[in-house]
Amino acid sequence: MSAPKYWREIPQRYRFEAAKCKKCGKVSFPPRIVCPECRSREFENTRINDKGTVETYTVIRVAPTQFTDEAPYPVAIVDVGDGVRVLCQVADCGPEEIKIGMSVRLEFRKVQQEGHGGIINYGYKCVPE
Amino acid sequence: MVGIIGYGAYIPRNRIKVEEIAKVWGADAPSYKKGLMLQEKSVPSPDQDTITMAVEATKNAIKRAGIDPGEIGAVYVGSESHPYAVKPSGTTLAEAIGATPDCHCADFEFACKAGSEGMFVAMSLVKAGEIKYGVGVGADTSQGAPGDALEYSASAGAASFIFGKEKILAECHHTHSFMTDTPDFWRREHQFYPSHASRFTGEPAYFRTITGCATALLEKSKMKPADFAFAVFHQPNGKFPMTVGKKLGFTEAQMKQGWLCPTLGNTYSGASPIGLTAILDVAKPGDWIFMASYGSGAGSDGFIWKVTDRIKEVQNMAPHTRAMLDTERRRYLDYGTYTKFRGKIKLRGE
Ligand SMILES: [Zn+2]
Repeated sequence: MSAPKYWREIPQRYRFEAAKCKKCGKVSFPPRIVCPECRSREFENTRINDKGTVETYTVIRVAPTQFTDEAPYPVAIVDVGDGVRVLCQVADCGPEEIKIGMSVRLEFRKVQQEGHGGIINYGYKCVPE
Repeated sequence: MVGIIGYGAYIPRNRIKVEEIAKVWGADAPSYKKGLMLQEKSVPSPDQDTITMAVEATKNAIKRAGIDPGEIGAVYVGSESHPYAVKPSGTTLAEAIGATPDCHCADFEFACKAGSEGMFVAMSLVKAGEIKYGVGVGADTSQGAPGDALEYSASAGAASFIFGKEKILAECHHTHSFMTDTPDFWRREHQFYPSHASRFTGEPAYFRTITGCATALLEKSKMKPADFAFAVFHQPNGKFPMTVGKKLGFTEAQMKQGWLCPTLGNTYSGASPIGLTAILDVAKPGDWIFMASYGSGAGSDGFIWKVTDRIKEVQNMAPHTRAMLDTERRRYLDYGTYTKFRGKIKLRGE
């Protein structure tokens, strides 16, 4: 990921910042410009919960180049409440451990790095609670 | 009065046993276990480093402090394993907890003493009235060269403390710092693993420095070891802190709660700070706590804390340190997986 794109996404990647529609209350994560429910453009800043449950998952066995060391690893859609679902990698959890309905917590982790000399991208992953 | 208003720790889930390392190097596990008083150590996952553990420990500290992170005026991370040679760990931590942009930030380094340094400076700025709240973190994911004695102990963990003048859970009554130029342990730039002067690390370095700091601190405070409910010292292995503590007049009962090294290993900058979090988890109002860190090079920072009534309200607001250490979710690694996790395997193109 390029440094400018990474930098722009810091509020959502580091602090789970989301946009709550001022008109209908829908929480969008990542934040959006236009509310997908009511087309309003006015939002207030909020944060999503750092706890949730696994709604569904898949196991990545053939991973993109920078993740080959980690394969096989699960990627899950996590329901964190308030109508928000988060797609993220599941850390500290083997493919045999993950279950639908499992309680997880979002933790701060290294998400990827550009080789040995590039910037380190930090963000959230979920871990079994 | 100034003191701790929030504290938190983080210990990764992975462990490796002394036997598993000894097996590979043909070393005698029972003698290591007895000599170092060490059973196993924590190992970070490949996606964890000093920054990620500092963030998780500080989130726990904020839960206990119950403050608006935007009012934090200084963030100091002490470590000897900062992920970047140039680019602070503290900026990422401050951003992750929401302390930016009106905040002073610096990374500290002084071998294993960097965490207590960050604590001392953050607390002193609060005391001076320069900032409302300050954060001091000790975190490390240190490495020992394969087969070296340090490989059995070098582990990973973090502790974070928030300092303030109100809602204090442990008041700081006295501090003392002691340091001399002592070449017992070092790592030159661009070297992956540290070097140490073997036996020289014990007597003239660790013992002399901690004794110097602790003795001065006891004199300053006019207190004696028996006045304390708990004591915690830097723990590069299980044996040193017990030995130095007993020499100073503390008992095993006073030191046991903060003595995590036998199953945690040496968390370097995190060592005595994580021990302090384990003590605060069970401390009672009115308890006195004695703490002395140690950093090779060499120096020691000493603190005398007095626990307040507020401790009872905050203890269960975040995970207890011993619960993280003894969790059922511990994952035991074999040596091969361990070397992969720690980046000790040289890959093609590296
Ligand atoms: Zn809307």
